[in-house]
Amino acid sequence: MNAKHTIPFLERQSYRRRRLIDTIRTLPVIGAVLWGVPLLWRQSDAADVVMTSDAIIYIFSVWLLLVVGGGWLARNLKRSDAEETERER
Amino acid sequence: MGKNVLVIEDEPNIIEAISFILSRDGWSVATHSNGHDAVGVVQKAMPDLVILDVMLPGKTGYDILRELRSEDATHGLPVLMLTAKGQVKDREMAERAGASRFMTKPFSNAEVLDAVRELVAG
Amino acid sequence: MGTLNILVGVCLIYVAFLFLVAFAAERAALEGKGAWLRSPIIYTLSLSIYCTAWTFYGAVGYAARSGLEYLTIYIGPSLVMIGWWWLLRKLVRIGRSQRITSIADLISSRYGKSNLLAVGVTVLAVIGTTPYIALQLQSVTVSFDVFSSAYGAELTDSAQGSNALLVAAGLALFTIIFGTRNLDVNERHHGVVMAVAVEAIVKLLALTAVGIFVVWGLAGGVGDTLARIDASEIGQWQMRGDRWGTLIFLSGAAFLCLPRMFQVMVVENEDEDHLRTASWAFPAYLMVMSLFVVPIAVVGLDLLPAGSNPDFFVLTVPLATGNDALAMLSFLGGFSSATSMVIVAALALSTMVSNHIVMPIWLSTQSGGASVSGDVRHVVLLSRRISIAAVVFLGYLYFRLSGGGTALASIGLVSFAGVAQFLPVLVGGIFWRGATRTGAFVGLSVGFVIWAYTLLLPSFGAGSLVSQTMLENGPLGLGWLRPQAFFGISGMDPLVHAIFWSILLNTMSFFIASLVGFPSPLERLQGAQFVNVFEHSSTPQSWGGSLAQTEDLMVMAQRIIGAREAQNLFEREAKRQGMSGLLPEPSPDFLQRLERELAGSVGAATAHAMIGQIVGGASVSVEDLMAVADETAQMMEYSSKLEAKSEEQARTARQLRQANEKLTLISEQKDSFLSQVSHELRTPMTSIRAFSEILRDSDRLTETEKTKYSSIIHDEALRLTRLLDDLLDLSVLESGRVNLNMQSGSLKGILDHAVASALTGAGADKMQVVRDNQQEDLMLNTDLDRLSQVFINLIGNAQKYCDSTTPKLRIDVGRANAALVVDFIDNGSGIPKTEQAVIFEKFSRTGVQKVKGAGLGLAICREIMTRLEGSVEYLPGQGGAAFRVTLPEQVAMAAQ
Repeated sequence: MNAKHTIPFLERQSYRRRRLIDTIRTLPVIGAVLWGVPLLWRQSDAADVVMTSDAIIYIFSVWLLLVVGGGWLARNLKRSDAEETERER
Repeated sequence: MGKNVLVIEDEPNIIEAISFILSRDGWSVATHSNGHDAVGVVQKAMPDLVILDVMLPGKTGYDILRELRSEDATHGLPVLMLTAKGQVKDREMAERAGASRFMTKPFSNAEVLDAVRELVAG
Repeated sequence: MGTLNILVGVCLIYVAFLFLVAFAAERAALEGKGAWLRSPIIYTLSLSIYCTAWTFYGAVGYAARSGLEYLTIYIGPSLVMIGWWWLLRKLVRIGRSQRITSIADLISSRYGKSNLLAVGVTVLAVIGTTPYIALQLQSVTVSFDVFSSAYGAELTDSAQGSNALLVAAGLALFTIIFGTRNLDVNERHHGVVMAVAVEAIVKLLALTAVGIFVVWGLAGGVGDTLARIDASEIGQWQMRGDRWGTLIFLSGAAFLCLPRMFQVMVVENEDEDHLRTASWAFPAYLMVMSLFVVPIAVVGLDLLPAGSNPDFFVLTVPLATGNDALAMLSFLGGFSSATSMVIVAALALSTMVSNHIVMPIWLSTQSGGASVSGDVRHVVLLSRRISIAAVVFLGYLYFRLSGGGTALASIGLVSFAGVAQFLPVLVGGIFWRGATRTGAFVGLSVGFVIWAYTLLLPSFGAGSLVSQTMLENGPLGLGWLRPQAFFGISGMDPLVHAIFWSILLNTMSFFIASLVGFPSPLERLQGAQFVNVFEHSSTPQSWGGSLAQTEDLMVMAQRIIGAREAQNLFEREAKRQGMSGLLPEPSPDFLQRLERELAGSVGAATAHAMIGQIVGGASVSVEDLMAVADETAQMMEYSSKLEAKSEEQARTARQLRQANEKLTLISEQKDSFLSQVSHELRTPMTSIRAFSEILRDSDRLTETEKTKYSSIIHDEALRLTRLLDDLLDLSVLESGRVNLNMQSGSLKGILDHAVASALTGAGADKMQVVRDNQQEDLMLNTDLDRLSQVFINLIGNAQKYCDSTTPKLRIDVGRANAALVVDFIDNGSGIPKTEQAVIFEKFSRTGVQKVKGAGLGLAICREIMTRLEGSVEYLPGQGGAAFRVTLPEQVAMAAQ
């Protein structure tokens, strides 16, 4: 019965880690969707055409978002890995 | 009377006891105490009766008896067998070997005397 | 012309520098100081060989022609890297745990180690990569050409050609030196990776420098640049949706499948954790690389005269504005891009060509087959070197023959589409256990045929390899087979059309053929191994020392021939090799024997494969072999079930019979014992009875007679008592319920007491006892009373049975085999050999009986000595009867 008090803490750790991995898995999907948005843009013969400069800003913003997001997640994953091995000891 | 009895037995005390009992009754008693040459001793002495122990050094009483029975001279010789092993199979072995009478140690003196008289007379 | 000389000089210095870097890295790795070589940053930078000269020069040209479409080439890999958890993680783990050396190796290994498949993939990879290498050579020569023409020195075609040959030779040399320095099982090349990483920095710096110069030096800042972009001919979003999506997919697929990418990403990977860093750092690298492409393109279009080749804006813009230093840096950037790609591609392809084509052929020409061991390493290295030279030369040849006319970007895409055909087989192989070799073979064939038919052949231009009529009407007038409009669906972009149909039909035929076929055991094994790589390998495993291999062999052998058998076999072998323990060295001799043993269980071919796979450090892991072994064991178990059953019944019957025999024997022994006890009891009783009757019935006995007979009765009564005492003693000793009374005392004292006790009452024929007091000066710690009992018995026996006229007993004390021995040797005639064996048995007495004894004495002695952890034995060959009492060393030690 005593163990009941310690389990939630451990569970929470690996639960967090699993959700973190879920997020890592989701990131490329988010990227694909965001980079798929240009497919919806009107072509040059339409009236309100998207200018190349705007397109550049949009596409590179997505890029930056993915890089920063990916970096942040990777850092967290390393920390969670370190905690995991710490606990296993 | 005055008949000869040969006692083949390895226990000195028992030899002494049997000799005493039989001599007192008028028998002339010779003794021998090992198995090797027992047959030769019997053939040489040609007693009227042999009292034969089973457990003898050198040769068992059964073997000696069988040899005696196979010889013409001693074929019908009365032999009283004595054994300290009182089991049924010992009695059977003695009968098969050709014992005229079989007695289990310890015996009563009167029994031995009666048996000797009977065997020599009969 | 002076600047040109400087350029050549800088180039040579740069190349020398690269050699130096590679050499230093190899040196550091060799000395174990290469921790910094294995950093995630180096790994990330090495991935940048994705960005070749095509990127460095071609991207600007691409942008100038098609706007932002060039971004798809970088978005695809970015998505793959960001999604590393899905695919790359698994790929790297498989590559490491299975010791994969190339993409051909991966595919062949996954599909049951099929060499045919490996050859196929290798050939296709060479076909797909050769134009790409040609492209790099072309870019170097053309960029040199551009540089020199800017200084008015027109180069002739032949000069261009010799330049290309020079570059090709230099690259081949570099790759041979640093790619085949040694034959590393891990196929890691620190020197190459380091040089590639340095080049990655150079090209990034060069392109960024040109970009910064263009944006802030020429266009006047970010705002102005954006305005200029919008005002240019590519200022409006102009994108075919199908191309956008298809190209992102294509570049992502190529990123995974390109042999050179596989080389740096999987084969050269030092640590799985590096992937974590590269997952965001490499997209960042790609982002920066593509950031300045549009500005350069737009400014170039503005600045340079119409008709200038936009593919070399990166070089021509700085040149046109008089920035020679920047142009030189730019040239070095392009040079770096080209060379790093050629080096890694040549390395990757040569590994494939050598391992899957050259070596199998060489081995098959050797009479000894695979058993040749001595110089194979040398042959492998040689074959690698030749392959490298051949691959680079093939690229050069292609460059010379094609004339270098086609726009750079289109070669790149055709090549991408070619290697992308590996994708279905690759992804299917690592995620779907049902994928089979037949499926892979059919899928790859279909994909490549369609790729070649719809994309590669038409890319040479209508009328060269594919006739114009065929393009328009289809082969033999079959309209639905037109290379660029399958099934009559025209109007599709040719590239999208080719990729769509090739990948679709590739995947479908791969899938269907896999469903229909039936995989071989090895395929199924490898399939499970690849798909469930994370369950099979918690950490990337590596074969340790040779004994670890033996352990693996042992584990496998136990599964196949049974634990006991295997252990016996291994122990025997270890002993034969003069080693202690269970594990022998895996010597060829031992392996051959083991293989024979295993062959008995699983058949020769399988056994050979199994041993080869463990000892050869090949890519089937121990777990796989376990799986096979289990399977085999199950089959064997099933088939031999009935046999085992009847065998077991027979065994049970045998056991019952044995138990019965034992019981009978015990019963007989008991009967015999009882009979003997009876005899021993009845004999004295007979005397007692007879004489007591005589005393009772006879009146005329003399006093002497009375005394004599009474003392006989008395003696026989004592004899009975002694017999009963002995019997009880023996029964206590035999049952083990005896309590030992441990005491300390001197051996001399015990012997004194024993001699005195045993010889009490002996009269004139008293035996002489010879002893050595010095030897006996020993302290003992044992049950002294019991030991004394043994001594008394032995001395008493000597006294009783010694038939010498002058009986003498010698008591010798000594040591033998770390034990204390006391010998009792008399000068009698001894005990005949036939009786030596039985004297210790109960109720056995020897020879003519002078003395009454129940025959239990020696039996009791033996029991006592057993309790005292020693022994008593008859010592033959001593002249007379001799008994040796042996006491354990600690009995004497404890007392000292």
